[in-house]
Amino acid sequence: MQSHPADPLVRFTGVQKTYDGEHLVVRDLNLSIGRGEFVTLLGPSGSGKTTCLMMLAGFEVPTQGDIYLGTQRLNTLPPYQRNIGMVFQNYALFPHMTVEENLLYPLKTRKMPKDQAKAKVERILDMIQLTKYAKRRPQQLSGGQQQRVALARALVFEPQLVLMDEPLGALDKQLREHMQMEIRHLHEQLGLTVVFVTHDQDEALTMSNRVAVFNDGVIQQIDSPQNLYEYPANAFVAQFIGENNTLPAKVISRDQTIYRLEFGQNQVSGAYNADTLATQEAVLFSIRPERVRIGKMAQTLPNQFSTVVQELVYLGDHVRLRCEFAGNTNFNIKVPVSELTTPIQPQDHIMMGWHDQDARALKQLPQ
Amino acid sequence: MATQTMAPPPTTQTSLKTQLRRAERRRKLNAFLLVAPLALFLLVIFVFPIGSMLWRSVDNSELSQALPQTAQLLSAWDGQQPPSEAFYASLAQELKSALANGNIGSLGRRLTYEDPTLRTLVTQTIRKLPDTPETTWQQTFSTLNPRWAELSTWQALKKAAPTTTDRYLLASLDLERNAQGEITAVAPEKQVYIDVFLRTLAIAGAVTLICLIMGFPLAYLLATLPTGTSNLLMIFVLLPFWTSLLVRTAAWIVLLQSGGMVNTSLMGLGFISQPLELVFNRVGVLIAMVHILLPFMVLPLYSVMKGISPHYQRAAISLGAHPFKAFWQVYAPQTLAGVGAGTILVFIMALGYYITPALLGGPSDQMVSYYVAYYTNTTNNWGMAAALGSLLLIITLVLYMLYQRLVNQQTPNRR
Ligand SMILES: Nc1ncnc2c1ncn2[C@@H]1O[C@H](COP(=O)(O)OP(=O)(O)O)[C@@H](O)[C@H]1O
Ligand SMILES: [Mg+2]
Repeated sequence: MQSHPADPLVRFTGVQKTYDGEHLVVRDLNLSIGRGEFVTLLGPSGSGKTTCLMMLAGFEVPTQGDIYLGTQRLNTLPPYQRNIGMVFQNYALFPHMTVEENLLYPLKTRKMPKDQAKAKVERILDMIQLTKYAKRRPQQLSGGQQQRVALARALVFEPQLVLMDEPLGALDKQLREHMQMEIRHLHEQLGLTVVFVTHDQDEALTMSNRVAVFNDGVIQQIDSPQNLYEYPANAFVAQFIGENNTLPAKVISRDQTIYRLEFGQNQVSGAYNADTLATQEAVLFSIRPERVRIGKMAQTLPNQFSTVVQELVYLGDHVRLRCEFAGNTNFNIKVPVSELTTPIQPQDHIMMGWHDQDARALKQLPQ
Repeated sequence: MATQTMAPPPTTQTSLKTQLRRAERRRKLNAFLLVAPLALFLLVIFVFPIGSMLWRSVDNSELSQALPQTAQLLSAWDGQQPPSEAFYASLAQELKSALANGNIGSLGRRLTYEDPTLRTLVTQTIRKLPDTPETTWQQTFSTLNPRWAELSTWQALKKAAPTTTDRYLLASLDLERNAQGEITAVAPEKQVYIDVFLRTLAIAGAVTLICLIMGFPLAYLLATLPTGTSNLLMIFVLLPFWTSLLVRTAAWIVLLQSGGMVNTSLMGLGFISQPLELVFNRVGVLIAMVHILLPFMVLPLYSVMKGISPHYQRAAISLGAHPFKAFWQVYAPQTLAGVGAGTILVFIMALGYYITPALLGGPSDQMVSYYVAYYTNTTNNWGMAAALGSLLLIITLVLYMLYQRLVNQQTPNRR
């Protein structure tokens, strides 16, 4: 399930971490990150993302397992010798230094000659378009500007790896989207290797080459954004990434990658899964709201069902129908406004349907 | 309806303004009433006593109060001509009324500062002074005591005549005015106060430094430990506040004396063969003062350190700084505000220490406050007590202003 890049820069092998000796915060982590890759660790708060990043940066020690950077085993290398750039959530810009001094700091610790360091700082200030603010203190800058300085400080010494722990969490939506693009461009321009942590799925999907979805210290799935969305490996990933309608179901039969599932009152639908599922196995039937078609569009589809509309919300480009179906009162359907030919009222009976390939048969999470 | 709400008549507008003003006035009155008790308290407890102390340090009203007319004559006198009969007549009259009013005591005390024999001269003269002169008052005085005919006696009186004087302030700096009225240093064997002030500054400085050296790591520990543990430790830091200063000072005598616990344990453990002299000298003073003042260093440091995110040091380390360097280059500079506040607090408090050096120090460890207490309690010389106190206040203010300027230079001016 976990793809392995050809030229890995970072490798976690069998890494475990516990803080209290009882509860594993990270369990058996195996992860390879290729040179030049942008990998995002995505997961709910408390799932162990920061811990992974901190082990990589050297501020936490793995309880078990090894971390390699290139060919070097990191476990015993102190953090200040790792040459890893890090952007902290609250930027951690030194408040008693100017922007320029902040940027000079990593070069000074590396004993770079003064004029060379100055030139480097000028170049990166130019790149983040903050040359005017070189003599200001961080607290005299706006949030977005501070963010850019923090980024520049993590890049100015040309580290082999850049870590970012929810770096955009403190920005408002518009600025956040702008910075997402800027970071993406920097990644492409400079050929950086980036490990990015976020709990925001949109951010993860827009920015990354690959996303590792964390839950409870375990990587649930690591894949490209598109595959994560289209082929979630389990119910957690399906729920966490995008929106999903799920129904408890049972496997009846199989035709290669299409399984027939039974749910509700003997209702049967086809659903896709590339892996092997046992007959009679309890699974989750899952379908995304935008994959459900209604009315005329549903008439030609293999899986057709009748349902009752509970609520209707108009959202400009699409209409959201909340329906009751097979015991799930929260079964959502997204209908593009252009496809809504006949007006629909709450309590109306409508027909809906979907392709076998659009539905998923997901393994249930081990309890 | 709509037009009414959109364009209210102008009368309504003015009444709105008045309403606003009235509401504002009520709010201001409320605010004033809320702070009034404190303001009154500060006025009574703080402003008034300090003002009166500053005044006492230059106050010279004893003679002009007891002998108002004579004081006027003396002030107008050039100090060279022999005093005329008017001087003697007025003195005779006013000495009697001063005796009746009970002003002789303070007058006598004031005169001793000019010349210790003057008090006896005056009291003896009063006792023998007749109601009317035989010939002239001048004659009468001179027969009572030939010193009344001497110019120097009257010159001494003239010195005490003005309503204000700088003699106490000068004396506090080991200075005096000579016969010509010029400011000169007092004889070397009489110089004490400059030494006392330097000693006071030295003890306060040493205590502050020791408190900083001991308090900084402690505050750092408190700020970085988990909350539960640090709260527990904080109680220990504050524990000294639970007992009175006097009790703690006395306890140090018991602990530090030559047969005390510290010495017996050290000897028992074989570290020393002779008891160390830990009390009734500078060491004892420093130990006890540091013990008492340490919390005042730890608390401001702690509150500043608590606000410094551990991310700063991590950031510095991730940028390639050794943890030790990260601490000094990134963490320590951010604690400067706390260091400044703690230092100035401890130093200013230490400057005024009295009981601890009095009980735990030797004669050469007494600080300015000791002399203030001595002059108020023992000799009733309010002028000297006030002058020493005022100088201490001025030194404190100057140091505080220097500190402020230093702080202002270091913090960036925020826009
Ligand atoms: N320094 C620490 N000491 C003890 N427990 C910690 C520490 N840091 C994190 N944890 C615990 O480890 C778990 C994972 O935390 P974290 O890695 O910060 O998750 P995330 O970054 O995904 O939100 C959480 O339950 C958190 O309470
Ligand atoms: Mg986190």
